[in-house]
Amino acid sequence: MLFTVESDVLMSSIGTGYDLGLFFSPDGRLFQAEYAYKAVENASTCIGIKCKDGVILALDSVVTSKLLKPKANKRIATVDRHVGLAATGFIPDGQHLVNRAREEAMNWRDNYRSPILGDTLADRLGNYVQVFTCYSSVRPFGVMSFLSTYDKQGPHLYMIEPNGVYWGYNGAAAGKGRQVARNELEKLDFKNISMKDAVKEAAKILYTTRDEETNKQHEIEMTWVGAETNGMHVPVPDDLLAEAEAYAQRSIEGEDEVEDVSMQ
Amino acid sequence: MSFLDLTEPWGKNLSNPFFADAQRSAADVELPGAVSHTQSPIVTGSSVLALKFNGGVMIAADNLASYGSLMRFYDEERLTKVGNNTVVGVGGDISDYQHIQHILDKLEIKEQYNNDGHALEPSHVHEYLARLFYYRRSKMDPLWNQAIVAGVDGPNKEPYIAFADLRGTTYTSEAIATGFAAHLGMPLLRKVTEDDKWKSLTKEQARAVIDDCMRVLFYRDAGSLNKFSVATITAEGIEFLTNQKVSSNWAFAEKQYGYGSQNV
Repeated sequence: MLFTVESDVLMSSIGTGYDLGLFFSPDGRLFQAEYAYKAVENASTCIGIKCKDGVILALDSVVTSKLLKPKANKRIATVDRHVGLAATGFIPDGQHLVNRAREEAMNWRDNYRSPILGDTLADRLGNYVQVFTCYSSVRPFGVMSFLSTYDKQGPHLYMIEPNGVYWGYNGAAAGKGRQVARNELEKLDFKNISMKDAVKEAAKILYTTRDEETNKQHEIEMTWVGAETNGMHVPVPDDLLAEAEAYAQRSIEGEDEVEDVSMQ
Repeated sequence: MSFLDLTEPWGKNLSNPFFADAQRSAADVELPGAVSHTQSPIVTGSSVLALKFNGGVMIAADNLASYGSLMRFYDEERLTKVGNNTVVGVGGDISDYQHIQHILDKLEIKEQYNNDGHALEPSHVHEYLARLFYYRRSKMDPLWNQAIVAGVDGPNKEPYIAFADLRGTTYTSEAIATGFAAHLGMPLLRKVTEDDKWKSLTKEQARAVIDDCMRVLFYRDAGSLNKFSVATITAEGIEFLTNQKVSSNWAFAEKQYGYGSQNV
């Protein structure tokens, strides 16, 4: 079938025909794997911050209806006791990855009677995601996944991409507001920032990424793992999150005022 | 062809060359496909005892793991915390106990995944353990243990004690003891708990009874040790005491001579 596509003059532009399955285009690209990134481009903004002694995961989801129960539909999952996994993009794919991560963690426990290390889990999930770019009988994952852990070697933050690539990060962002978020993240001092301060900064960054014109309702979900939580991955306490959001609100408004002054 | 294919029918002497020396009965030879399991405990723990008192429960077990009559390991913790208001005390095979610990640990992790505000209660742990025991004995491959689950159960934090063993047997009572303590400790425990007396028993009185039982066990059970742990579970949480000891009195011994007529 491919030969007929290639010989067709009308369909010979790059990508045409080569994006219908998981095979290489003439210049060595996997279009299906690249399209998966588009599933994340307009999804909820998700960021991760690695601090001095822990990691923060924060996800900013749009509340599509008032009928949704506030704080009820959690999207950041815990794997074993010590790993946080947030996925943004195609939500069920994220859930599938969470299930896989939990299986891997339990399997590690059965074999070694100890919690799985963050880098091992990131590697295994990266490999798992990559397998879905190898066969035309499956489709790649439509999610960017954030992995946060804290162990003897310190805090770790990984981001796994739809094609299976994963790197360790100091700060990572994906989803709709990723560009703005990455600019803001670059300003942070990751070596010295405390977990509590990072919670505030995370809230502020998410507020910055929001589109003021559309006036949509947002809800921030934030979790942390580190010295502050005894190495357990747990949600950031409600009062601390509320404090962080108030701080974020104040600094956003503060910046507006500064801009107003300069304009006058 | 395996040598088993050469075996004669049941009950006849074997004539094939594999068994020429042994002249064993065919009944001694495993049938093809038959599975056999290890069916006796090796390293063992002795008694566990527990009682209810006003406001909570107390459970105790010594720290000895015997290898037959050899006191092989004397620092074995036989009480395990599960969740925030349950302690499981286990006697019998120690390797099976360690397997149970692993299973309960995984159960705790999986329970936490639901993130629904519910936690494992003592009655849940007991039901799970009992099903596990019954499943295994039905496979003719039992977990060789006797277990007591103690804690405060339900929204009202009611004192709760229940028993489960290798056969899947279960019962609940105001006071439960396993192993030698079922014979030597129960009379002492019943004296203070029967006829709802446990409802007016103080924590201090309960501890005194536990100490008495441990003393009697140390006097009369060759498989016990004067080093034990006591866990107290109340609505406030778990108080876990290790390295406990009781006094014993041997002064009368110097007046004992011989086995009858001897008097010097």
